[in-house]
Amino acid sequence: MSRVVFLEERCKGCRLCVEVCPMNILRASGRFNRHGYEVVAMDGKCTGCASCAVMCPDTAIRVFKSSGRTAAHEY
Amino acid sequence: MTYANNLHPQQGEKMVFDANPVLNERVTHYCPGCHHGIAHRLVSEVLHELGVADKTILVAAVGCSTFTYDYFNVDSVEAPHGRACAVATGVRRARPEAVVFTYQGDGDMAAIGMAESLHAANRGEKITTVFINNTVYGMTGGQMAPTTLIGQKTTTTRHGRNFSNEGGPIRLTEIMAGLQGVAYAARCALDSVKHVRKAKKAVRLAFDVQLDGLGFGFVELLAGCPTNWHMDPIAANKHIATDMIPIFPLGVFKDVKET
Repeated sequence: MSRVVFLEERCKGCRLCVEVCPMNILRASGRFNRHGYEVVAMDGKCTGCASCAVMCPDTAIRVFKSSGRTAAHEY
Repeated sequence: MTYANNLHPQQGEKMVFDANPVLNERVTHYCPGCHHGIAHRLVSEVLHELGVADKTILVAAVGCSTFTYDYFNVDSVEAPHGRACAVATGVRRARPEAVVFTYQGDGDMAAIGMAESLHAANRGEKITTVFINNTVYGMTGGQMAPTTLIGQKTTTTRHGRNFSNEGGPIRLTEIMAGLQGVAYAARCALDSVKHVRKAKKAVRLAFDVQLDGLGFGFVELLAGCPTNWHMDPIAANKHIATDMIPIFPLGVFKDVKET
């Protein structure tokens, strides 16, 4: 029920967020940013714990928790 | 750098995690998976929460952390190699109202600047030191540091560090805790979410002792160097948990507020 924004141009593809996600909903996306790093994608239900953002060395993740309706996001 | 407007909370949403204004938007020069970025964020969050960023002076060291001053929105001074604590002493004495901190790696602080660091701590200078321990000289290509683990292969210990030749890893936090001038000494790791959250509390307490005028605040952060350990970032995190933490035990070794 939460929205996670990945600032893809900041991502360095280290995958620490993929490793720490307790819901295991992050994965490598197959897309690359302009620096040549493979960015991550999310599919599944996010609880908004922000573990990925806490672990991200490049502050490339923002987390929004929604109360009530599911927020629509296109990532 | 401009970001899309989906970075603002929309109706019915609460921001759970946001960047803080003390850390600027520049993308760091650190390698993928390097924990310097996490350490930067923790320090900047603490400065932001304390509301002292306007009067903070950062003394940058030499090493990968040289360019720290590019990423913090605080005033900064670049010190000669290893001498960050000595420069910080001068800055703090000349500007007693300022909050002064140094950000140093293990090659800078534990090898080249050992004398300056220990004597600044022993004098009880009212500064804070964030010490990043990744067991190698990161910037110059992975040479042995004083904190290198026994058996660890580096470019200057091709067959692994051997105690009879090179000695053992220096546990700087324990040394600092034994000095009278040190008000707070703790060691944390940055390998997991739990440890990162604990590390932020330790950084906060290391700044608190400076603001209260109690003495030298010291926090050691065990960080990963995937490039020079020749590991991927996830394996480097596991290496911290399985190999580094047994040698460098985590915890608060001195806190004058507690005793």
